[in-house]
Amino acid sequence: MNLLLVPIILPLAATAICVALRRVSGLQRVVNFVAALGLAWTGWLLVTAVQEQGIQSVQLSGWAAPFGISLVADQLAATLIMLTGVVASMVVLFGFSDLTSGEEKHGHPIFVQALLTGVCGAFLAGDIFNLYVWFEVMLIASFGLLVVGGRKDQIDGAVKYVGLNLIATTAMLAGIGLLYGATGSLNMAALHLAVEGNMDQPGILAAASLLLFAFAAKSAMFPLYFWLPAAYHTPSHTTSALFAALLTKVGVYTLIRVFSLVFDVQHPLLQVLLVTSGVATLSLGIFGAMNENHARRVLAYLVMVSIGVMTLGIAAGTTAAIAGTILYLMQTLIVTAALFMIVGCVAHLAKTEKLDRMGGLWRSYPIMGAMFVLIMLGVAGIPPTSGFWPKVLLVSALAEAGRWELVLAVVVGSLATLYAVMRLFSAAFWQATKTRRRAKVDIFRFTPIFILTVLVVGFGLNGQGLIDTARLSSVSIIDPADYINQVLGERP
Amino acid sequence: MDIALSILTGFAVAGASYLMMSGSLIRFLLGLVIVSNAVNLIIFVSGRLTFAGAPFIDKAVGSLGVDAANPVPQALVLTAIVIGLGLFAFTLALALRAYSEMKTDNADEMRLAEPRKDQE
Repeated sequence: MNLLLVPIILPLAATAICVALRRVSGLQRVVNFVAALGLAWTGWLLVTAVQEQGIQSVQLSGWAAPFGISLVADQLAATLIMLTGVVASMVVLFGFSDLTSGEEKHGHPIFVQALLTGVCGAFLAGDIFNLYVWFEVMLIASFGLLVVGGRKDQIDGAVKYVGLNLIATTAMLAGIGLLYGATGSLNMAALHLAVEGNMDQPGILAAASLLLFAFAAKSAMFPLYFWLPAAYHTPSHTTSALFAALLTKVGVYTLIRVFSLVFDVQHPLLQVLLVTSGVATLSLGIFGAMNENHARRVLAYLVMVSIGVMTLGIAAGTTAAIAGTILYLMQTLIVTAALFMIVGCVAHLAKTEKLDRMGGLWRSYPIMGAMFVLIMLGVAGIPPTSGFWPKVLLVSALAEAGRWELVLAVVVGSLATLYAVMRLFSAAFWQATKTRRRAKVDIFRFTPIFILTVLVVGFGLNGQGLIDTARLSSVSIIDPADYINQVLGERP
Repeated sequence: MDIALSILTGFAVAGASYLMMSGSLIRFLLGLVIVSNAVNLIIFVSGRLTFAGAPFIDKAVGSLGVDAANPVPQALVLTAIVIGLGLFAFTLALALRAYSEMKTDNADEMRLAEPRKDQE
């Protein structure tokens, strides 16, 4: 079997197995964890394959592109699949303690694997309608994850999440329809050739706007972000961590993919939309994170800040800026999961998620405190953590491109992020409190946070590997000739 | 034919937007059904409407005739209808649950996940 199919078939098979084992939660746990680890390993194999043999592609059922459905893995997709596997396995491990037995019995593991199927499918899709289908797979699984447990506030959050996301997918479908009408193709490589030089055609421009709307809603960009702070704090911490690490990032990934391969991001209309939306997302995220009293809602707003930063990188559109954005995407995947899990752990120890009622954890849990500080530095982009390198790459790329207004936004954004996470830290660890904390940090909560913290610091001290990967990915993003040749075959 | 369907799509989207912005959850769902059908029409029109024959390949000829219809939009619309049905079924169940939990179908009054400052 082709290696490219494994990241889709593996979680799909695990979904089926978990359905069969739904009464045996012990075995379900094992399947869930092993499948996620297997995904990370498959991702690693894909990364090495791409490094050695160039971009990989497969035409499903042997129908030649552009008529059949293509799956394509370049450096970016392969690396993201690997990181998805790493983060998912850590989050699954965290869930062993964090999830209630009710949540596990009602299908949490099933939905996790279904979600991973959709995420990996979206990373590999080389056909824009196929991308839509993977988005729907991801969406229906995330609906399930969001309501599993069935508390009242979960239902309320889910209503808003479902509503906005359904509008976004409908817009995406309309955009795809218009694009097909204007070009007669759905394969992204073929679309690149058809759209090149025709960006000003009304049909194509309308399709670009609709797709931008859809991806903006998926990645929670202004003005389509309302669902994120409304929904992300309602389910279990495990689900929150998984959503925050993966879902919005898939939105950003498709933005990078579609708005470099298919559309020209330098078109004045797209520039105005992306830059305004990026700056607005960043600022609103900052204001929200500074004001909120609910720990996980602070984090939800911090996710928005990172989305804003990446949007600005995409808008700048130079090779160096895309490299910075990709590196940011990779590191934010890891660090967001770590942040959500450690805050989940803090909420478990403090028995509340309200900042003004937490406190006093430093004395009882100094190791947790130290890990929190490191993850916090990673989120804010301060050495010696992995967050530092993407900031350096991005800011220097923006300065090089002469986009000083964007440099200002990114720098202010990271300072404000630092303020917001320090506020979290001092509320949880330093604030004086009368209640004594006796709860224990169990192994399933501690291990994943510890491993991810080690990764965050490790990549901070030796980031060359990831930086090289990001640079390589950005080259094939900016000049998609290799991608197109691989999918459509060598052309004269 | 194309023009008539395009105008129909426009009306459907306009009506659906009106329903979706009314604030009531059930009206939102009805709007969603209408708009997703409007989008199916968009894909259908994008594939060009013709009075051509079915896109079957005659074994004796071995290739598609010139008067064959475009089968791709039909496959796309079919996929979209199936996905839409599944999502709508879930959304209906969710709306029912939300109504029975919160005793309202007005989105403005659903404030459990995001309580107002004075009610926290």
